[in-house]
Amino acid sequence: MAQEAPTEEAVVLLSGNEAIARGAYEAGVTVAAGYPGTPSTEVIETLARYPDIWVQWSPNEKVALEMVIGASFAGARTLVAQKHVGLNVAADPFLTFCYMPTNGGTLIVSADDPGMHSSQNEQDNRQYGRMARTPVLIPADSQEAKSFTEAAYELSEQFQTPVILRSTTRVSHGRSLVRVGSRRQPRPPRFERRPQDLVMLPANARRRHPLVEQRLDALRVYAEDCPLNRVEPGSTELGFVTGGVAYQYVKEAFPEAPVLKLGLAYPIPSELIRRFAARVRYLFVVEEGDPFWEELILAAGVKVLGMGVAGPAVFPRVGELSVEKVRAAVRAFLGTGSTAFPLPGAHPGAGAALTTEASAGGAAPPPPAAGAPAAGQACTREDSATPEPGPGEELPGRPPVLCPGCPHRAVFYVLAKYHLTVTGDIGCYTLGYAPPFHSIDTCTCMGSSIGHALGLEKALGPDFARRLVGVIGDSTFVHSGITPLIDMVYNRGTGTVIILDNGTTAMTGHQGHPAAGWDARHHSAPRIDLEALCRACGVRDVQVVDAYDLRALEKAIKAATAREEPSVVIASRPCVLLPGVRKPPIRFLADRCIECGACFRLGCPALEKEGKRPRLNEVLCTGCLVCVQLCKPGALLAPEEE
Amino acid sequence: MADASVQPLIEVSVRRRPEKIHDIVVASVGGQGGILATRILATLFLNLGWQVKTSEVHGMAQRGGSVETHVRRGRVVYSPLVPRGEADALLALEQLEGLRYLPWIRPGGAVVCSSERIPPVTVTLGGQHYPEHVRETLEQRAGFLVWVDALGIAREAGNVRAANVALLGALSALMEAPAEAWHEAISAHLPAGARPVNLEAFRVARELTLARVGG
Repeated sequence: MAQEAPTEEAVVLLSGNEAIARGAYEAGVTVAAGYPGTPSTEVIETLARYPDIWVQWSPNEKVALEMVIGASFAGARTLVAQKHVGLNVAADPFLTFCYMPTNGGTLIVSADDPGMHSSQNEQDNRQYGRMARTPVLIPADSQEAKSFTEAAYELSEQFQTPVILRSTTRVSHGRSLVRVGSRRQPRPPRFERRPQDLVMLPANARRRHPLVEQRLDALRVYAEDCPLNRVEPGSTELGFVTGGVAYQYVKEAFPEAPVLKLGLAYPIPSELIRRFAARVRYLFVVEEGDPFWEELILAAGVKVLGMGVAGPAVFPRVGELSVEKVRAAVRAFLGTGSTAFPLPGAHPGAGAALTTEASAGGAAPPPPAAGAPAAGQACTREDSATPEPGPGEELPGRPPVLCPGCPHRAVFYVLAKYHLTVTGDIGCYTLGYAPPFHSIDTCTCMGSSIGHALGLEKALGPDFARRLVGVIGDSTFVHSGITPLIDMVYNRGTGTVIILDNGTTAMTGHQGHPAAGWDARHHSAPRIDLEALCRACGVRDVQVVDAYDLRALEKAIKAATAREEPSVVIASRPCVLLPGVRKPPIRFLADRCIECGACFRLGCPALEKEGKRPRLNEVLCTGCLVCVQLCKPGALLAPEEE
Repeated sequence: MADASVQPLIEVSVRRRPEKIHDIVVASVGGQGGILATRILATLFLNLGWQVKTSEVHGMAQRGGSVETHVRRGRVVYSPLVPRGEADALLALEQLEGLRYLPWIRPGGAVVCSSERIPPVTVTLGGQHYPEHVRETLEQRAGFLVWVDALGIAREAGNVRAANVALLGALSALMEAPAEAWHEAISAHLPAGARPVNLEAFRVARELTLARVGG
């Protein structure tokens, strides 16, 4: 399925992430690092298919960026890729690196996830550009993902600044045509000692900060003529400032409208926007995420309609945009549901509303035009552009579930059986939240399970820790579980941590990590021993158990929670989706079934409920034999030995 | 291959033959191969010289959840997502998912749906009911329905995992692209060993559908 990376000039169909990797390859990148996270993962995975680049999965995003900064000091062109929340982890080095000169161009890829398809929040990482005074580029399709990546390296070296490339799910995981070319020859690396610029002591940082502000001023001037921004003329009195995938929605919804497309998302070209605004009657800003441009444009003194920072809220503040949402929101604002493109002058109600808003300086939302929906309700009226409700509304949902044979299942069975309080973490096992286990009580961010467990214990007392466990995956533990485990030991916690060790970063598609034993190129790599690591952190009670062995798990978890000292249970079994793990399906002897329902407490998709009995789905069953251990009458049986 | 057994491998209900199929939504259950089907369609359109865009969803949804992917072609394609109510065709790898994404097709749009039923956990364990009469509902609302025993065709071809490509075979009968172009696109996305089975599943589904639609 993985297509070979083309090496010659061609037009190919690439995902946004593959295109970013291609752009980095052609720009002569020689060092790249990241930590997997949807929707960013394929950037590093694709780079790992190219020759002549050092590509690595790092334990976490902070480590990845620090490593990449070192390479940049040596003059290498570098890339670091992560999902939006990953940049939070790397924010510490990032917000100081932006004070330092980038010798080799440095690109920070942030794949944001509006709509939270696979994320815990929908933060808008354009904000990091403002915080760090660094340029932010936002591509609208795969071709731009590639060409913006190449442009980012020129920009980074010209202005001596790291550059953020902010993608979103629909760009990263959309595919479109890309013209690929050849690789630029990298410059020979060289590390020059310049401690006054690279040692951020207060004295040096004080000298650097004004340079950062001057650089931002220079970037503002550059933005006015930046070739990544463009004005597309149109014939309507409505104009749009937009960028990223929202640009595509605007073009499809209002193909005749003039558009100012921002490829450089920060800093914005205030003069260009002012000139554009003068040419249209109503100026809308359409952006996914925060009202980032809206605030900046308003601050530049240009009246603009967006999410309602000043004036009516035309567009929704939460979730993803779409063609339908953009179309419906603008029409609702203009006070018409007609399919013909409305000219503002033809709708006195809408015109009046806008005039009211404009003259009131955005003090209060105007009353809705007669017969028209209130503009502020636009975000809840998206279905006005959709066909009549289908039968979809009453259909049973299909939430993601732990796979048949998932090694986490037996652990959650035990946790549910004993009604333990469970602090959870980020990974497939967050699905322990779902029925039938209902076993995850908290989940905030990578590594939070252990800290939350200690905090609960400190607030509620050590007795509470007897009924409390933190669960964390192997990759997540290496990412950011080690320091909180040390915290638990050092600060005399007595909690229990269960490391769900399936030997891979499973959720994002089975990447290697330091305790997995293979690297980003799937070559064998040194493997960190989790048991020894936990002992070295000061945990004396570390048990390693087979995650498929219910009795052993139950015994280990009971013993660990009872102990009044920190304890770790490593529940170990490879992810069932890894090659070679699946086994032949079990057997079900219906005449032995006593309809006790015990097997259903596992919530295994391979055991379908047929009345009070299970129906074995042999296609789904992986032969993990966990249900066999629960079936007292022996109706569920291991496959017959050959 | 077209036998006269009790349950035919392919049944077609026509109200109106679809004119052109540019925007397709693929609905599937995580792990069924919906993303692969989408990529094959995209490669097909690319090879035929169209502008193409697709949209996929990765990550948590893939763990047995409902997966929705989009593929669009045209001289110019803007949004990677087909707007709701504007898809020319819906390719559904599972009955319930076909019903779920039915609102994406335009009036008179085509539906190619597998007769496979995979009850979600909300049904197998949550006490909700798997909808009955899915086929009838699709028939009423779609302008054109191809109801495919994709598992049966794939099984006969040699591997149930070829069900997604069998559905593409049925869809191909509604589109103008020549069979060779499909073969090329399918082969581009499959390891050599898996090609014969998949191409056979494709062929059977395509021919059965053509026989019922009229080539």
